[in-house]
Amino acid sequence: MRRVNKDQKVRINLTLNGRKMGAEAEPRTLLSDFLRHSLGATGTHVGCEHGVCGCCTVQIDGAAVRSCLTLAMQAEGRDVKTVESLAGENGKLSKLQQAFQNHHALQCGFCTPGILMSFSDFLARHPKPTEEELRDVLSGHICRCTGYAGIMAALKEAVGIS
Amino acid sequence: MKPRPFDYARPDTVDETVGLLAEHGDEARILAGGQSLMAMMNLRLADPAMLIDITRMAELSHIRDLGDRIEVGAAVTQNKLLAWPDLKKKLPLLAVALPHVGHFQTRNKGTVCGSIAHADPSSEIPLSLATLEGEVVLRSKRGERVLKAKGFQLDMLTTARQSDEMIVAVRFPVHGRGVAFREVARRHGDFAMVAIAVLIGDNGSMRLGVGGVAGTPTVRAIANGNSKDVVEKLATELEGYEDLHASAELRRDILRNLAPLVIAEAQQCAA
Repeated sequence: MRRVNKDQKVRINLTLNGRKMGAEAEPRTLLSDFLRHSLGATGTHVGCEHGVCGCCTVQIDGAAVRSCLTLAMQAEGRDVKTVESLAGENGKLSKLQQAFQNHHALQCGFCTPGILMSFSDFLARHPKPTEEELRDVLSGHICRCTGYAGIMAALKEAVGIS
Repeated sequence: MKPRPFDYARPDTVDETVGLLAEHGDEARILAGGQSLMAMMNLRLADPAMLIDITRMAELSHIRDLGDRIEVGAAVTQNKLLAWPDLKKKLPLLAVALPHVGHFQTRNKGTVCGSIAHADPSSEIPLSLATLEGEVVLRSKRGERVLKAKGFQLDMLTTARQSDEMIVAVRFPVHGRGVAFREVARRHGDFAMVAIAVLIGDNGSMRLGVGGVAGTPTVRAIANGNSKDVVEKLATELEGYEDLHASAELRRDILRNLAPLVIAEAQQCAA
């Protein structure tokens, strides 16, 4: 049994974007804060901190989850992927990212990392979704700039719906 | 927007878990998907002294076919059940209800049993369990007991679980020749103002389940042709509650207007 007392700081090791990393944290440390403050992966944004806005979405073992509703302790030993993992080594954007750029699917960019991490999970599992399914997954995110039209256009390009 | 400090435990077995619950009782909370509990802790609406994380527990990760019932372990996520290949055939009501639960991203982590433990009056999974007349399996150091859905969920966010007990599984009866599920929410994935499930059995018997109007899901049998009376009586009986999302009157109105549509859809599905 793994036990950590509330006033105790322990080292939490995980794989972040393919690299083994670790840092100290308390049991109450949220994964979102652990990624940003302890591991320096600031691509993940923190919005509402109660699971509604979707900005902090990351992947744990390939599944898109809210990192603000996940304890760093729960990611211990797991494979965590953030938006920093999407572009290639030379900075070449992924197909999904490129589609976002093509269609101006972001303005301020605050919600974008979460949306990209949701859809890179969803599209890996459902490579040929319908427009309705795309809208359904997008409903788990809040964007206050785009009115979602540009995001839908980008998603449709990425999956080949004309 | 951060939780207060708490002790964290990640036991390897159910035996260890019920041992911790026996020791800490009300002070401890089980952490499964955390899609309600962690939000409540971040908002400081919940403040457990200890969190017992069961997400990785292998003995709670099963979806088991018991013949007339399907048992779902406490660590099974909503998306895992949704992706279960036999879902449409064995649990058609869940197949149509689960896509309404939260969002794709929260279903990746939120568990089937966690939703039942949380007992939100507008939640889809407790409503499905009640409509199917399923059961909840509780375990403590004192042993195991099985409660019917109706005896488990007592009121809004209130269940018959004792402080030393944990839900280890729920069992959904294999049932439903015709099913339909619809809800009205401000935005897809938000909490439903009213949710309605209709289930038609092999012998043609019909059940109407209503969530979001009272503190617990309400289930009524509908005999041939009396659906109008049952819906009207329910709308009068269930006073409804008022919150940020809807007045009690609006909830009753939605029930009156939505129920006939869902009933018709289930009949079409059974035909």
